[in-house]
Amino acid sequence: MTAVVSAQNLGLTFKTNDGDVVALSDVNLTIDKGEFVSFIGPSGCGKTTFLRTIADLEQPTSGTLTINGQSPENARKDRAYGYVFQAPALYPWRTIEKNIALPLEIMGHSKSQQAERVKRTMDLVNLSGFEKKYPWQLSGGMQQRASIARALAFDADLLLMDEPFGALDEIVRDHLNSELLKLWDRTKKTICFVTHSIPEAVFLSTKIVVMSPRPGRVTDIIESNLPRERPLDIRETPEFLAIAARVRDGLRAGHSYDEDHI
Amino acid sequence: MNRVLPILTVLLAIVVIWYVAAIGMNANWQNTLNTRAALTNVPFTDFAQQTWAQDRPVLPAPHQVIGEIWNATVALEITSKRSLAYHGWITLSSTLLGFVLGTALGVLLAIIIVHNEASNRSLMPWIIASQTIPILAIAPMVVVGLGAVGITGTVPRALISMYLSFFPVVVGMVKGLRSPEGIQLDLMRTYDASPWQTFWKLRWPAAMPMLFASMKVGIAISLIGAVVSELSNAAGGGLGVRLLTGSYNGQTIQIWAALFIAAALAAVLVMVVGFAETAVNRRMGARPA
Repeated sequence: MTAVVSAQNLGLTFKTNDGDVVALSDVNLTIDKGEFVSFIGPSGCGKTTFLRTIADLEQPTSGTLTINGQSPENARKDRAYGYVFQAPALYPWRTIEKNIALPLEIMGHSKSQQAERVKRTMDLVNLSGFEKKYPWQLSGGMQQRASIARALAFDADLLLMDEPFGALDEIVRDHLNSELLKLWDRTKKTICFVTHSIPEAVFLSTKIVVMSPRPGRVTDIIESNLPRERPLDIRETPEFLAIAARVRDGLRAGHSYDEDHI
Repeated sequence: MNRVLPILTVLLAIVVIWYVAAIGMNANWQNTLNTRAALTNVPFTDFAQQTWAQDRPVLPAPHQVIGEIWNATVALEITSKRSLAYHGWITLSSTLLGFVLGTALGVLLAIIIVHNEASNRSLMPWIIASQTIPILAIAPMVVVGLGAVGITGTVPRALISMYLSFFPVVVGMVKGLRSPEGIQLDLMRTYDASPWQTFWKLRWPAAMPMLFASMKVGIAISLIGAVVSELSNAAGGGLGVRLLTGSYNGQTIQIWAALFIAAALAAVLVMVVGFAETAVNRRMGARPA
């Protein structure tokens, strides 16, 4: 079985007017089918860049990266993944159902197929009843759910999520985290999830990739032994706290919390 | 009522200032007339009324202008060469044709510029330079030049309107078509959308607010282009010709009447574009303002 994502010695250097910026350096990582992998680290550690590289939105400058055994470009053209951005990025002139149908229109699905899939994914993210609403009529949390539905609509097996709940308040965030876990369990998708919240990463993941900046690199990869079924109060158990402590250590080892560097 | 009252107040103030100004500006000539007629010690109220009733005042009073508009539209056969409705229609038709052509040209250029960096660099300086040439210099060349090859009437005038009105549309639409955020464009890339799909499903709808904003500017200057182009061919008619003959003959009332019609025309045209904008906004689910 080939890995869903496989990176070997992956590096990415941005050329800027102030000189080269090493966004990713020597990243080695394998993500298997059905995993929930979180990428955690402070800003500038390259977690978003890595996600964008998987999505073929950035081009690596060294090493190899394959998605389902293919190049990222071919995987993108195969519509191998759904991407959820930091902001919902809904098109304001489209209703919620039309926004979710957008990838289906582009990929040439028939009208009836579009309707069926829109209905199914809207049920999946608990947005039924809001089909005809425009984005501005929905709360931030609901907008982000709609953008997740849009990423799920065309049934890609890989879901890439870039701090999707970063702009939401903690109550909404907890709620959406639980829903995301249920959704992952039901759909059996592989999920790559960027975050800078330790509890969020530990709560959601089967694997936590700790990254640190300057240059962006992986400092630790933690396999979680928590059960797949995770109620919110699992966050008070010793197992949970032990993993969280290891993540924190990993971040500290990468000098992530140093105040200097400027 | 809360909105009407301030407008009426301002309107009333303008009318009052206008009447007062008319007394002042026409006083010299009225004094000359009165001296010639050996009238002395004219009471002020009579004198004021005299200044508001001259044949060729420096500044006609509002009621004189309105009277002239009435006489030159409602009270006159529409086919008459003195009818402001007739001349207004000539101006309106070249304005509209020029506006449609200018908007189409502007949108087309903007699409090319947004999709091709080379044309962005090569076209944009020329587009800006085109607007630095006084339209008064170009209009006669176009009208007379096209007249020499047998193209007369609405088309040459519309071309001048187009020359002016395409500019705000190009500038506005370049900005509008570039307005989608990075992640909205990235999203299209993750779907492997074609440039055509990205255009129709993202760039074009995102540009709608800018399109209407620039069309409002475009239709107003389209009217200016039409009026200016009419000055080059006095036989062709139009509000510009009424302005021209009015100034040749010192018919200030006629000039003001033509000005009023042109201003009203511009206001109505901008309003029509505004209504279209509201309708499109509603269809696109915009948040009510």
